[in-house]
Amino acid sequence: MASAIASTLATRPVRAVSHRATRDPAWARWTLTAVALLFLAFFLVLPLLVVFVQALDKGGAYFLATVREPDALASIRLTLLTVAIAVPANVTFGVSAAWAIAKFRFPGKSLLTTLIDLPFAVSPVISGLIYVLVFGAQGWLGPWLIDHNIRIIFAVPGIILATTFVTFPFVARELIPLMQAQGTDEEYSAVTLGASGWQTFWRVTLPNIRWGLLYGVILCNARAMGEFGAVSVVSGHIRGETNTMPLHVEILYNEYNIVGAFAVASLLALLALATLVLKSIVEWRQTGTP
Amino acid sequence: MTRTRNSRSILPGFGLSLGFTVAYLGLIVLIPLSAAFIRTAGMSWHDFVAAVSSPRVIAAYRLSFGASLAAGLVNVVFGLVVAWVLVRYSFPGKRIVDSLVDLPFALPTAVAGIALTSLYSPNGWVGRWLVPLGFRVAFTWSGVFVALTFIGLPFVVRTVQPVLLELEPEIEEASSTLGASRLQTVIRILLPELAPSLLTGFALAFARALGEYGSVVFISGNMPMRTEIVPLLIITKLEQYDYQGATAIAVVMLVSSFVLLLLINLLQKWSRRHQAI
Repeated sequence: MASAIASTLATRPVRAVSHRATRDPAWARWTLTAVALLFLAFFLVLPLLVVFVQALDKGGAYFLATVREPDALASIRLTLLTVAIAVPANVTFGVSAAWAIAKFRFPGKSLLTTLIDLPFAVSPVISGLIYVLVFGAQGWLGPWLIDHNIRIIFAVPGIILATTFVTFPFVARELIPLMQAQGTDEEYSAVTLGASGWQTFWRVTLPNIRWGLLYGVILCNARAMGEFGAVSVVSGHIRGETNTMPLHVEILYNEYNIVGAFAVASLLALLALATLVLKSIVEWRQTGTP
Repeated sequence: MTRTRNSRSILPGFGLSLGFTVAYLGLIVLIPLSAAFIRTAGMSWHDFVAAVSSPRVIAAYRLSFGASLAAGLVNVVFGLVVAWVLVRYSFPGKRIVDSLVDLPFALPTAVAGIALTSLYSPNGWVGRWLVPLGFRVAFTWSGVFVALTFIGLPFVVRTVQPVLLELEPEIEEASSTLGASRLQTVIRILLPELAPSLLTGFALAFARALGEYGSVVFISGNMPMRTEIVPLLIITKLEQYDYQGATAIAVVMLVSSFVLLLLINLLQKWSRRHQAI
């Protein structure tokens, strides 16, 4: 810390001289800053603000009543259940994929890395559709599932599967470059000194990747809680049973219960704000600037 | 990159981690995705062409590609300005503004959808000023464009920002010393340096906008032939139990996305090389 301050102080005079050539005239600085802030105010601040203002339009009591209504509570429970399964599954996958890709050399590695990113290129609606094609009544496994009385599409398992697909790459793509950059020297030392594989992972690798892992989990969690398109296709929209929070928002909105829709939406907006705060904290920790 | 050993590493867990990775990737991603292609392969060529080129579908492609293109271009211009301001200038609250840029990634799309609709509807905060001027945004093409601009906003900023941070001040100094005006330096020296990242950011925003559903359906009004985006059309076909039709359109969109993904990968390789020189 102290040495960092000392080194910035040392470079200060040099920077001051070089500034003239890289600096824009004052009018340009003011105009560009104003344009940027105005653009962000219109596209980011206003939408965020309108959610909270509309949510409280009929007062705090109405807000609380909407959020505590049984169907709303059921949607919150379902969203939490989905996240509790999809996120740990993708964390396990992400760590395992990063371990294989970053610590070993094998043919087909770059193909594997590209395939992991694939779900990001797929429209949410198509992400839901492909599960309907596999598990739906007319799908590959449809007849067998019906015979055995197992429901996946228009039921909770379909929602969890579609959410897992959509949030699939988040942890892996955060960890792969991080673990590649860290190399294998520390793990080699641990193994050479007699540590087992799991000991090496828990005591050496995990502490090294903890911030990157947390970052991936935060992004994965936000997307899992908020996913709409994919879940919408596989859900069946049964109130109190297969509606997640975003789907409950849609139902209330389409019933012209605008204030109710915004009340539930405001919970999701709070989650988004919490995500941004946590993300910034983790970023500052990673780069070392407080 | 620094490793010199081959796969006979002394580290354990290669078989387990790679095996689990490939199995999980196959079960969650590859097998379900292949279902769309295999299902379509069972259609006759004639049926496929009919399903993906009816007038209603063509109108939806035109809207989705057109509005995504327009939103992407707007994001290139404003994304560059935002990235520039965040990297080069300082102002109070800059750190908060910087964090807020990621809001479209973090805010659930359905929430963004109803918020934008409420803002731009004729009696909304913004709509009530625009409608008397003759601009109707909600339930028109412009509504789709506004939603797609919102959703693509962070992509250009976040791809340009790191490149801008790493630019050496020496090239701007050299340009200035050799007599170029500040504007000449920006246009002739800086913009070409930023071009690959601008293009990558545009492609990412465009690809995201093509598939976007949640933020658009509320504000678009969903009128067939006019404000119906492709993802919505897929859902409509599914609700009518037209699985073949829905899947055929999905395959067209999947192929477009994969081609885009390939282009983005090539672009990123190119921009890395560009920076290395």
